[in-house]
Amino acid sequence: MQSTDRTLVEFDGVAKSFGAVKALAGVSLSIGAGQCLGLVGHNGAGKSTLMNILAGTLSASAGRFLVSGEDVSERYGVTAANRLGIRCVFQELSLCPNRSVAENARIMHPSLKGICWRRRAATLIGGMLDTIFPGHDIDPSQLVGDLSIARRQMVEIARAFSATDTPVRLVILDEPTSSLDGVLAGQLLAFVRDFVAGGGAVILISHLLNEILTTADRVVVMRDGGVVADRPASGFTQITLVESMGSVAQEQARREQRSASLTAELKISAAPAMQGDATTLVARRGEVIGLAGLGGHGQTEMLVRIFQGQRKAQAGITVSGNTAMVAGDRQSDGLFPLWSICENATIGSLARLTRGWLIDPRAETRMGEEWKQKIGIRTPDMANPILSLSGGNQQKVLFARALGSDADIILMDDPMRGVDIGTKQEVYGMLRQEAAAGRTFIWYTTEMDELKHCDRVYVFRNGRIVDELSGDSISGERVLHSSFETAA
Amino acid sequence: MTALRHLLRKPWIGAYAGALAIWLATVAFTEGQGGGGVLTAALSFATFSVLVAIGQMYVITLGPGNVDLSIPATMTLAGAVSMKVMDGNNAMIVPGLAIALGCGAGVGVFNYGLIRLLRIPPIIATLSSSFLFLSAAISYSRGLRIKPPPLLADFTTWIVWGVPVLAVAGMVLTFVMSVILHRTIFGRTVTAIGQNARAARLAGLPVDRVRFATYVMCGMFAGLTGYLVSGFSGGAALNMGAEYLLASIAVVVIGGTSVAGGFANLPGLWGAAMLLFLLVTMLNTYGFGAGIRMVLTGVIIIAVIAVASGRRPSG
Repeated sequence: MQSTDRTLVEFDGVAKSFGAVKALAGVSLSIGAGQCLGLVGHNGAGKSTLMNILAGTLSASAGRFLVSGEDVSERYGVTAANRLGIRCVFQELSLCPNRSVAENARIMHPSLKGICWRRRAATLIGGMLDTIFPGHDIDPSQLVGDLSIARRQMVEIARAFSATDTPVRLVILDEPTSSLDGVLAGQLLAFVRDFVAGGGAVILISHLLNEILTTADRVVVMRDGGVVADRPASGFTQITLVESMGSVAQEQARREQRSASLTAELKISAAPAMQGDATTLVARRGEVIGLAGLGGHGQTEMLVRIFQGQRKAQAGITVSGNTAMVAGDRQSDGLFPLWSICENATIGSLARLTRGWLIDPRAETRMGEEWKQKIGIRTPDMANPILSLSGGNQQKVLFARALGSDADIILMDDPMRGVDIGTKQEVYGMLRQEAAAGRTFIWYTTEMDELKHCDRVYVFRNGRIVDELSGDSISGERVLHSSFETAA
Repeated sequence: MTALRHLLRKPWIGAYAGALAIWLATVAFTEGQGGGGVLTAALSFATFSVLVAIGQMYVITLGPGNVDLSIPATMTLAGAVSMKVMDGNNAMIVPGLAIALGCGAGVGVFNYGLIRLLRIPPIIATLSSSFLFLSAAISYSRGLRIKPPPLLADFTTWIVWGVPVLAVAGMVLTFVMSVILHRTIFGRTVTAIGQNARAARLAGLPVDRVRFATYVMCGMFAGLTGYLVSGFSGGAALNMGAEYLLASIAVVVIGGTSVAGGFANLPGLWGAAMLLFLLVTMLNTYGFGAGIRMVLTGVIIIAVIAVASGRRPSG
């Protein structure tokens, strides 16, 4: 690690856990003045956690954190970060929509006070916008809520670079170009180079690898909460960068080839709402279809659209058969916390468990016991509260709810989060059996390893299907290439 | 012992224990005089509170924010319209009942329309619709108090061996509604929505239809109660619903139903409704003035809820 006397910020073995989840496993990293550091890695790699610690919105669980050689890990926060000249532009924009551009600039600059502070704030932010985005047409007196998403992003960026009493020394840009068009993005990146040449430091996070390679001096790759590569940008190509993000050397345990016939009955044909071209997702009887790509790029929305499309006609969606959903976010999408395990498992099948108008308690108990055996729910009594189960077993109950229903299409929303490896293997086995018996699965997963259980995979980016892989062409690298738009 | 412990875990046990304690305190003060008469009166009046509370309980069980504040207006409207239609004629009792229920259902449809189509929060939607329906009732009845058909008046005040027949009918209805809550897909769906509406939707449950039906049902219970109260008290009065607004909510909560939704029980409604009536009777018997009476009512309700909510709900 090069630690020159111009080192601005230094992490030394910084770790962060959320409960049992280890988000950062001891990261050591330094950034000097006059440097642009590119930070890459896929979702969950720990980039955001590290940047939140730097911005003062999270505190580290362990390790030291130095600014200008001084250990600040004990008493650090957003205010301290601001005082030290560390600014952050997060993906979730942080402007107040009911205030004007100038008023929003004031929030970061408490020194703008006294009479006429609005005019001075307007001059400050307007000047910065002129510098970064020459020719922009943002009026500082406009309400932020009236601006388009791209213009808000521009204001946010200009605000981060604007200085009053303390000089700006380090700016974190988290996906700054995600809502900017090519021209604006070019202006921003050119400005970043100027800023760095003037002695400032920038940490640039982007999924557009060519941006990283052309703008950053140094590239740091994170994976599973640690730094796996830290080299000058010239030492990377797009290919090697993608390879260091993914797991290239892992064994290729291919699933046994199944004869997923192309003539089988068509179950689903669905286009994402934002697709814009003729690409559609197609699923046939007995197929396991994977949805891949970075998290939050429209996969869950696709599943919900198919789910709703079966119940109520929707443009671009044709579903023949019943659908059931396996939620991945158990707390918000799946569980009924006041109910027993059995009630949670049977809620999708009640229509089959009634005699006349009334639910037959014996039939319900029978179904509960049947699935307790079948999927191995570890509980002495299915009448116990659902919250008495561990997370993995709660997830099994949600699988039982879907698989036990009469649905022939099962939609799965990244359902293996927090599930241990043993349970996963059991569930994979069950999926293959059920698919062979004629059920269709649509499976959104963020785990590359799970894609090899799929017959075909659709890769999503920005709410659109950008690639379709099948059979032997399903590979982690190919998915990453498509997710990161390396061809751009 | 296990049976006793099982009983003590019931969510409604607090309401019954409270009602019993208050009754004993009253009877002790009067040295046994009129203990049975107090119970008869309590059962009569509790019946009306319970009937509106059943609808309110289903609505509250739909989850946070769900409450029907239009119950008093619905009762007044249904009472006024049905009394005028029946015009004291015994032959019109059944059509009158149908009209009262129809008024209630109409209010429910209107309320849910405001909630769903105009996306107004239920508390505001039902409050504002109650102004509309109360005004409608006023302009419709023009302050005339029409007597109920004699047969209806007799039925609502009929007492056999100290037990009001209406209360027995109310208990049968409570039992039916309890079966609906626990043993039908509709009831399960109501409690599922109250726990997690998004999960209910993703489990394939008909969330919108069930919420609609619940609001309509709540209106129908209010309409039925307005009809019966009018028969009981010799005609519809414009303020006759007023006391049932808070009573319907208090009875639901004291009865052990979760205010946060997703968990409900019906037996508790009777315990809570008896408790509220007996409480007022006790304070009257002790000779407290109106001010002290209200303060004590408030304090005791808070105490009961505090004690009851400290326990974990179990079926």
